[in-house]
Amino acid sequence: MSQPLLARYASCIFWMARYMERAENLARLIEVNEVFARDRRGAHNWEAILRLNADWERFEKRYGAPSEETVQYFYMLDPGHSGSILSTVTMARENARTLRPFISTEMWTHLNEMYNRLRAIESGPDRLPNIADFCTKLKYGAQAHSGITEGTFYRDQGWRFYRLGKYLERADQTTRLIDVKYHALLPSPEDVGSPLDESQWNALLRSAAGYHAYRRVHPRDLTPAKVAGFMLLNAQFPRSVRYCVGECARNLSELIQLFELPRGVEARDLLDALLKRLEETDIERIIAEGLHEHMDAVQLELIEVARALGRAYFGSEE
Amino acid sequence: MTDTLGAGAALPGYDPNGFFCEIFGGPGGDAAPSPAIQERLKRLDVGDLTQRAQAASDELFNLGITFTVYTEREAIDRILPFDVIPRPIGAAEWAVIEAGVKQRVQALNLFLHDVYHEQKILKDGVIPKPLVLGNKNYRPQMQGLDLPHGTYVHICGVDLVRGGDGAFRVLEDNGRTPSGVSYVIENRHMMLRVFPDLARDIGLRPVDEYGARLHQALHEVAPAEIGDPQVVLLSPGVFNSAYFEHIFLAREMGVPLVEGRDLEVEDNRVYMRTTAGRAPVHAIYRRIDDDFLDPKTFRPDSMLGVPGLFEAYAKGNVTLANAVGTGVADDKAVYAYMPRVIDYYLGEEPIIQNVETHICGEAEGLRYTLDNLAELVVKPVGESGGYGILIGPQASREELEQFRAKLTADPANFISQPVVSLSVCPTLVDGRIEPRHVDLRPFCLTGRDSWVLPGGLTRVAIKRGSLVVNSSQGGGSKDTWVLTE
Repeated sequence: MSQPLLARYASCIFWMARYMERAENLARLIEVNEVFARDRRGAHNWEAILRLNADWERFEKRYGAPSEETVQYFYMLDPGHSGSILSTVTMARENARTLRPFISTEMWTHLNEMYNRLRAIESGPDRLPNIADFCTKLKYGAQAHSGITEGTFYRDQGWRFYRLGKYLERADQTTRLIDVKYHALLPSPEDVGSPLDESQWNALLRSAAGYHAYRRVHPRDLTPAKVAGFMLLNAQFPRSVRYCVGECARNLSELIQLFELPRGVEARDLLDALLKRLEETDIERIIAEGLHEHMDAVQLELIEVARALGRAYFGSEE
Repeated sequence: MTDTLGAGAALPGYDPNGFFCEIFGGPGGDAAPSPAIQERLKRLDVGDLTQRAQAASDELFNLGITFTVYTEREAIDRILPFDVIPRPIGAAEWAVIEAGVKQRVQALNLFLHDVYHEQKILKDGVIPKPLVLGNKNYRPQMQGLDLPHGTYVHICGVDLVRGGDGAFRVLEDNGRTPSGVSYVIENRHMMLRVFPDLARDIGLRPVDEYGARLHQALHEVAPAEIGDPQVVLLSPGVFNSAYFEHIFLAREMGVPLVEGRDLEVEDNRVYMRTTAGRAPVHAIYRRIDDDFLDPKTFRPDSMLGVPGLFEAYAKGNVTLANAVGTGVADDKAVYAYMPRVIDYYLGEEPIIQNVETHICGEAEGLRYTLDNLAELVVKPVGESGGYGILIGPQASREELEQFRAKLTADPANFISQPVVSLSVCPTLVDGRIEPRHVDLRPFCLTGRDSWVLPGGLTRVAIKRGSLVVNSSQGGGSKDTWVLTE
């Protein structure tokens, strides 16, 4: 029904989308963490972000004990850290470079410019750009990428692989964002419901650009459970885990049916099962079972989905 | 107003130094291609020109129209320096170039067909046998294979230079994987964006047909029984310095840009790995040298190629462009014989002459070369990229004597040519317009018939006085304007 698509291209499209989404979310994570860090447990919060991303050892090898500046550098501009924003954008750009005959010139040019601008920033742990400014620009860049892609990318298989990568990554990143709060403030009874607690949930929502949407759903109260529930289970919020998993399932179904690519059924079954659980559960139950454990489980399931996609479409042999 | 547009009279401080100028004509006041361009050039403000040139460079970089230089630490993207002053060619002159290039390509294809079949030209003694059969680019595996339309060189780039007398001559044929066409087209895009005023109403022939023409040519040579052949471009990958061009051509043709790892061969048929499994491939524009194409037939250590590809090709199940083994025809030794090759197959005089070339393997050529060593360029045959060349006027007495000994010991290994005084073109250098030497590489596509892109790669030596236009040695490029009249 459509032109054949090289397996390697499909994989590059999927990863280009993932890396750009990841870069944007890293910026959100850094931004919210910076807000958190202004409280009395500041130093602790920068350690938390390392734990959250399972980067503790990698970090310690390079910098020893974490400080605010070194952790920020590590995640923003450290070219030696494959998980920094700089490295992530570099990877997105490398995939785009491979894809240049396939993607629009505007997509490539924008990503190339964004990469060149990032590369041109002279920085070190002792010389960091303004965090808020850096994160805002990065988000704008990533969103411009999304917009250019939406407006120029040809709607064949490639578009579906792009969306799959984007939403799979976003689902994963939102679970991490929710988890930051968990790590940032190990709930002690006296903190729950305190002004501090509330302001942190507030910041978390804002970092996911969800504050206003949340207010429309819950105009009167802002409780931890409701915020977590909103970010995890809301069906209309475009960064909620449920919404993202739903988008993945929808795009994969199109690949299978519209583009006659039946190899993806294994991945679709995994996505369907996850989606069904997210649709049927509620936040009280999740919190009772352990929010952090639940986020871990979702992350593992998303990894399985990515593996199944690799076997089905990208020619991965495992 | 200037009435006569002789050389040097036009731009204040611009002096072609007795060389033929591509915009202002020859030292003898030869006709220049376009008075209109001269007028526009004179009206340009150099400061404005410099500013717009910088904008063009920035844009080329952002667009990623770059080649990549790898150092130990990182990959650096460089743009091919782009000079904003175009190189015009008038319609009458172009008609000669076009006919000359087609003639050349036709002769090359007939020659290759003959070499890989009856070898009549060798039996008739027109070219010495060892020159062809002993050439390292001769591929015995090609013997007896019949190619669609007898086309071996589907894509040809012919390097032309213009001497002091104003005549174009062929310096070199590129019949393997000539590169540079992407710059021809991208330079034009850039030019029209940055200098719309310069190009307006001048009667400029467009160059953007190239991709569609290339696709068409590959269609024509795909295995005959295939209704809608799948064309792909085979690249060594992102680390190749010409990767941008591979991207460009795949995009212009709308075909997948594949690497060796994307292809596989089963039962002598070629497939690419897609999201739906395997899909057949029928024609491959390959930008990989013969040696690396297929580890089963050629270099066994090649990681870039596709095992079994040659066998599938030999069976006629897939077409490769250019054909395997074309390197034997664009060799320097064979080049020297091209006027005779053209006469042998076509019974015609070359429309564009070779640069005067002396074949040292022949007594007369050797005597002339030895007698005039200090004025000549002597090139070893079978080598590429300028290795082992003697440039007589620049050599010391000692170097000359050493070379004389080498030449006498193995004369058949050398040809000699006079130093060509390459024409110049006004070029923007450090805020001034100065003459710089240029050459020209037109591109010819051949499926069933030949078509020459009305344009070409004009390479320019940015260094004052330099005759070396290669990008690896600081050369840049210009937009080549073939005019409608």
